[in-house]
Amino acid sequence: MAQTANPVFLRPVSQPEADPGKAITFSTPLTLDCGRTLSPFTIAYMTYGTLNAARSNAILICHALTGDQFAASRHPLTGKPGWWDIMVGPGKPIDTDRFFVICSNVIGGCMGSTGPASIDPKTGKPYALDFPVVTIRDMVRAQAMLIDALGIEKLLCVTGGSMGGMQVLQWAASFPDRLATAMPLATAARHSAQNIAFHEVGRQAIMADPDWNGGQYYESANPAKGLAVARMAAHITYLSEAALQRKFGRELQDRDQISFGFGADFQVESYLHHQGMTFVDRFDANSYLYITRAMDYFDLASGYKGVLADAFRDAKARFCLISFTSDWLFPTPENKRIAHALNATAANVSFVEIESDKGHDAFLLDEPEMLATVRGFLNAAAAENGIA
Amino acid sequence: MLRPDLAAIADMIAPNTRVLDIGCGDGALLEHLKQTRGVDGRGIELSQQNVNHCVARGLSVLQGDADTDLAEYPSQAFDVVILSQTIQATRSPAKVLADLLRIGKRTIVSFPNFGHWRVRLSLLVNGRMPRTRALDYPWYETPNIHLCTIRDFTEMAKDAGAEIEKALALNASGTSAIHADAPGPNLFAEGAIFLMSRRGGVAWGPTAGRAGSS
Repeated sequence: MAQTANPVFLRPVSQPEADPGKAITFSTPLTLDCGRTLSPFTIAYMTYGTLNAARSNAILICHALTGDQFAASRHPLTGKPGWWDIMVGPGKPIDTDRFFVICSNVIGGCMGSTGPASIDPKTGKPYALDFPVVTIRDMVRAQAMLIDALGIEKLLCVTGGSMGGMQVLQWAASFPDRLATAMPLATAARHSAQNIAFHEVGRQAIMADPDWNGGQYYESANPAKGLAVARMAAHITYLSEAALQRKFGRELQDRDQISFGFGADFQVESYLHHQGMTFVDRFDANSYLYITRAMDYFDLASGYKGVLADAFRDAKARFCLISFTSDWLFPTPENKRIAHALNATAANVSFVEIESDKGHDAFLLDEPEMLATVRGFLNAAAAENGIA
Repeated sequence: MLRPDLAAIADMIAPNTRVLDIGCGDGALLEHLKQTRGVDGRGIELSQQNVNHCVARGLSVLQGDADTDLAEYPSQAFDVVILSQTIQATRSPAKVLADLLRIGKRTIVSFPNFGHWRVRLSLLVNGRMPRTRALDYPWYETPNIHLCTIRDFTEMAKDAGAEIEKALALNASGTSAIHADAPGPNLFAEGAIFLMSRRGGVAWGPTAGRAGSS
């Protein structure tokens, strides 16, 4: 049914000493919301810590739009520390000395899980735009198959921020018996009009790049400029006005005065260029199209006649929702809306709003109160579920 | 040890009921109710640090504000709703009380009594805004923007359609049952605890009879 191998990445591994993780290929077809099936399909994943004998200490981490499975270990392509290194590791809030942590690359991604850059078995060439449009629910279905393959009946916790939080909510709705706790951060039960608008700007930037070539670029040049612009625009939305002002102000980049030209006079411009350039080295432009679309399509209530509370009708998990004061991408009211829907179904839900001026990205950063909340919540979850 | 006023509130709550504690602080009462009475408890708390304490205790608490968040709660969702030592700090006490009576089949409210003789005497003698053990803030810094006496509260509760099932005087020496309309407690009680339900609301037996209802 399933076969495990080394993952195949989009770009060559530059850090041979970094753990590349594993990839599992399923021959069971994955039926998608769009009506098509994906078969065979592969999920690349990392695990940290040890699964206990009772198989009761597993925590699934769901990554955000441009994240991947390398939550707590060095990235094999970039050499950078794990994207949630502050949160996950020995002695950290998601303590890998106690918990078995799983993080998998989403379907549609480009770090080893099946996505638009993967080879279509029908043609022997990359899918490109022949790849089916996937949804958050499809990503979660695939994760559930991975959890099955790992022999885990019930997860102690499913957690993640932003798009990861959307997956957490979908888990609670789709598999209410398979998680003891759910901890979505900085997220929403539906993508807002403003967020869809930002994503569309990014997609149009990619598709306007002549190198994009209708998605057929895998044997030629990447649409690097388009993807970089998409990343630059999106990156602004991950920060806050206060954070940008504090970090850069109107400081000039390597010059004493403005140049009366269009080079990167300001530090903030140079910073964005750098963000765009480093991103194209590790990400696939078509994956960016597909994953942003999956977020746009996410509206958990839509499967329940528009009543969000009904999505959680069968939810048994204890929830902890976390938002950040300066997050304008997934603002507190969106997170609170989830809390109120859960409340209406008498679910066990906690909600915390963390004071931070770091914007949406705060969930990835050293926010002591967030780390304390997560640690406390998981300690209580472990105690309740008999985990040492 | 549970604070005496919280212990008196706990005594009013039947086992295995669903309870919402608004302004639950660090969760001491909720934890006590969960451990000793098997109560299925929820909390609302303004302070983020207090919410963290609650979450670490395994309690379900939402960071929020009684003035703005109660409207979101469905009617009759809880067996008991508690608001302890908080109503005097809300912007719209009458609206908050109406919401409590709507959300809870029963409502418990405790508050400091501004009619206590020491408060009255302090204003009379000193001619300044009273500062007492229970209300120790200068007038310009107090969070208690809507102080009331037991008589004031009784009147508002009746106007809100509340049936006062039980009233307790709260003093340093402990609690004692009072008649809400009697003048004595309004002069001699430092605080009060009211157990109420909505008049003409759902038919409702004694609390103890509802054990295991949730």
